[in-house]
Parts: sequence; C-alpha cells; structure tokens
Amino acid sequence: MNIAEYKDIYVFCEERDGKIYDSSLELLGEAVRLVKDRPSINYKVVAIIIGNYSDELIDSAGHYGADHVIYLHNDKLNHYSTEIYTSLLMDLIKQDKPDIILIPATVMGRDLAPRLAARCDTGLTADATKLAFDPENEDSPLLYVTRPAFGGNLFGTIINETKRPQMTTIRPGVMERIKKDKSRKFTIDKREVEIDEIKDSVKLLDILKREVMAVDITKADIILSGGRGVGDNFDVLRECAEMIGAVVGASRGAVDKGFIDKDHQVGQTGKTVRPKVYIACGISGAVQHLAGMEKSDYIIAINKDPDAAIFSVANIGLVGDALEILPLLTEEIKLYRERPF
Amino acid sequence: MNILVLLKQVPDTTEMQIDKEKGTLIREGVPTITNPDDLAGLEMALRLKEKTGAKVTCITMGPPQAKNMLRELFAMGADDGILISDRAFAGADTWATSNTLAAFIKQIPYDLIIAGRQAIDGDTAQVGPQTAEKLGIPQITYVDDVIEFSDKKIVVKKALENTYEVLECELPCVITTLSTIAKPRYMRVRGISHAFERDIRTVGFDDLNIDPSIIGLKGSPTKVKKTFTKEVHQNLDVLHLDGKASARKVAEILLDMNFIGK
Repeated sequence: MNIAEYKDIYVFCEERDGKIYDSSLELLGEAVRLVKDRPSINYKVVAIIIGNYSDELIDSAGHYGADHVIYLHNDKLNHYSTEIYTSLLMDLIKQDKPDIILIPATVMGRDLAPRLAARCDTGLTADATKLAFDPENEDSPLLYVTRPAFGGNLFGTIINETKRPQMTTIRPGVMERIKKDKSRKFTIDKREVEIDEIKDSVKLLDILKREVMAVDITKADIILSGGRGVGDNFDVLRECAEMIGAVVGASRGAVDKGFIDKDHQVGQTGKTVRPKVYIACGISGAVQHLAGMEKSDYIIAINKDPDAAIFSVANIGLVGDALEILPLLTEEIKLYRERPF
Repeated sequence: MNILVLLKQVPDTTEMQIDKEKGTLIREGVPTITNPDDLAGLEMALRLKEKTGAKVTCITMGPPQAKNMLRELFAMGADDGILISDRAFAGADTWATSNTLAAFIKQIPYDLIIAGRQAIDGDTAQVGPQTAEKLGIPQITYVDDVIEFSDKKIVVKKALENTYEVLECELPCVITTLSTIAKPRYMRVRGISHAFERDIRTVGFDDLNIDPSIIGLKGSPTKVKKTFTKEVHQNLDVLHLDGKASARKVAEILLDMNFIGK
C-alpha cells in the first residue's frame, strides 16, 4: 500500500427526510475546520452521497462545506442496504483513494463503517469526539482521533499509521456544522452505478413507527434519578417524583440491570440533562454518569457510601439510604401540601 | 441447527471510579461481568433453542479467567463453550479480533451467529459486523426482537433512531442484539453444579490457520497513542443526618426554590 497516493477528507452523507442528516452536516463542518488547520497538505473536503435524491439535497452538501460532491446514483436505490453501500464504497475507495473517511456514528453509520473497514482491511475508530492532525509534524495528514472508552471513564487518542483510508465514525451532536452558504463554490461528480449484480441477502419487509417517548427527561425542571443502589425499587422513586413534580432518571447501571427503561438514562451513553435540581439516589458517580448531569443547576446526592464520587459534583450530599429517605420526603411534601393554611 | 453466541467478559464500567489524586482509573476490585448486550443475545439464543432444538455454543476471546464466565453461561443453559485465548491474540483492535474470531468460526458448523451490539468497555459496536464481513455472510445490527426463525431464514426487528425496520435475512447470518431484546434468565441450580464439571475447549494460535501479521496488538491497524481521564471538580458539603432529617433537608431545598406549590 502506497500511503502517499491517498488524499483528501471524504464525508459520508446520510439522508433523512429528504435532507442531509444533521450529523453528516456536522462532519462536513469538522472536515472544513481540519483542512483549514493544515494548509500544507492541501486537502479537499469531498462529500459522498449514495441513492436517488433531489438536486437540492446534492447542492446542500456544497453549501455546508464540501469542495466536491461524489453522487453515486441509481433510480432503484431508495433504501439503505449494508451490502450495496459497502460494495459501492469499496469501489469508490479503490478508484478515488481517499485518505480519510468520516462517517456519522448513527445506527446506519455504525452498521456500514465496520463492514466497510473490514472489507478494505483498514483500521476504524468508533464514536470519536475530537479530531486533529498530528500535532508533532506540521506536514502530516495523520489523524489523531480521540474517543471515550470504559463508559466515559477514560479517553483514548487513536492513530492508524499503516493502512488507508483512515476511517472513523463520529458521535452525533459533538462537531459543529458551518453556516449554510449558497455562494460557496463546489463541483459535482454524478456517477450512475450498477447495483443489479450486488447480492443483497437482507430484505426490508416493513417500517414501524417507534412509540413516542413516554418521558423526555431533558425538558424537566427536577430529575429524581436512581442508580443500582436503589435496586429494583424504582416505584419508590416514581411515587416521590410524582409528589415533588419531578421526572425519574436513571444511571446506566440501573438501565443495564433492567430496573428501568433506557429512555430514562442519564449519562455519556444516555441523555445529557441540565435541570434546575438533580437528585441522585444510590448513584455512585461513574464519570459516564457525571458527564450527563454535572451541568445541572443544583445537585443533591444521596448515597450510603460517604466516599462515592457523586458527592464530588454535588452542591449538597446526604450520606444515607435513599430508599429510607425518599418515602420520608414524599411524606414531608404531602404534609406540606395538605397543611390547612 | 447451530447458533453461535459471541460474548465478552468486561469490567463493570458502572463501578469504575477515578483516583482523584492521580487522575487515573481505579481498576483494582472492579468486578467483571458478561457484557450486557451479549448476555441478552445469549438469552435470545436460548429461547430460539427452546423452540427449535438448536445447539447453542458460546464463544469468547480473552484471558484464561474468561473461563469462569463460560461456566456461568453453561449454568444458564448453553450447550458448549469455547475460549479463544493466546498471548498472540492479546491487544487486538476490532479488525484483528474479527480476523481471529472468523478464523475459528470457519472451522465449525453454524447457521446463526448472535453478537451483542457493543461491549461496555470499548463501546465500538464493530466486532459483530467485521466478523460477518470476514466470514462473508450478511449482518443485521441493532436487533431488538426476533420475529421468525427457521432453518432457512430469520426475520427480526431492528431499532433505528426513530423507527423500527422488519428485516428478513437468509441464513447463515450475523445479528447483533440490544440489551433490551430479552431479559437474561438466572443460572439454574442444577446447571451450576454441572457447569463446574464441564471441560472448556481453549483455542490458541496453533489451532488456527491464521497469518500472524493480522492478529493481536502487532496486527492491529489502530494504535492507542495516549489515554487520559477527565478532571473531576471538587465542591463538597456532605452531611451525615438521620433519614428524617435528610428528607427534611431535601424538602427545604425544594421549598426554598419554590418548586412545591400548594
């Protein structure tokens, strides 16, 4: 493999509802920032779009930062297929030799990227949150990819020196898109692609709506959150939450144990919340959890372990058993509400 | 029919804490568990076994102590367990791991391979699809339910961001499962006693016909350049009160902030 033949930053653009999906627009913005930071290598930002879309969608890739758009078109390509997309991208890699491929870490991206990386026998870094070129060599196109691991407890910076392309998926919502600019100059390379010869063993039978989320914890003023310390007793939290006007949140530990539904999960792999009051009950305070709630205005932590890490981000800490304290709190508030004056 | 389940023994990341003085992870005393997405995948496999009589084989790659995990899986009802373990395999990234797993799987019969969507230590979600690619068979990721399973095909429900897709795939194929697919059963008492008598086959480098340049740390295209932890700020007021006083304290705070109306 002659690494020097590989050039430019390619961004895989995922379509949703007739538009390029936000997470791909973010990657175009990040690619623009990267090439600006390293003018010596003179890389272009190239968007890859696969399917059968409007001109407006194709143009928007340019308006959001692509210097060049490669549009792989076929009238029959109206739905994502792992095998077809992988085959088409493999052909593109052989022909165009991209140095860097960025793919959003969406459900689609996390299905496609590993398959593609395995087919072209290159490295793949998952779910990156930060990208930069080699800080030690000003002319190097080597990408330093930083990502969280161990549930957000640890961050690692990953490099791929031996294989090309350098591939990574990037966490949605982390990078910033650039402002849409219709006067940006860009070129489009529309290629008609053959798909009849590609064997696709997966058949789409139906698309079902997901039930609307019963709770949206990101919009609540008060979150009463439970961890593994409360065990399978979330009813105690629910009862108290109802009395104090809170919604129930949970740590990953509690969700993984099946005590409560994932819609309630706060943290690195759940939701990021900033309520006015966050009450953490029986949550030890793994960094994975703290990442999702430490920006709350006021944090109350209840834990049996006086050394629990949750206390380090709390405004007030109470050493004790949440299962004992919460029913008493429910009672306190009930009495307050029922007072005669 | 043969169902292979790929599982990983992982540190319980929810138990991990930071050494605030050193700014590093405290690894000592962190318990290991079977990765939750994988365990749910095994539960699904056991349910398919109950319906079809399929044989369920658990495969894990890791250090020798991962045998203990396999014994627990026997106690849940797995028929066979294989540990892929060798110094030559250590330090592998997902590409090198998939090369190793696929090299072994090619030696045995299979109709369906179930892998957890992702492991809680790395969170990459890459080993399932990459193993499928190395075996040259199709994949369906993020599977939330199995609707139909026969010796020819499988029909599953895949969870996307805002929708589900019902997908059909001919066998053999790889599916990767979410932890919500099925709640894992407990170990059976009779199973536990049997589990400790079972032989667990260990597969090493010499058992696989594999190019040493595509495995382990050396064969991995991605390298970890550095690791670091996030700073945790300190701002503390920890009170030791009895239950009643604690409850009153919380109530006072909420009342002071005018959250509690009449």
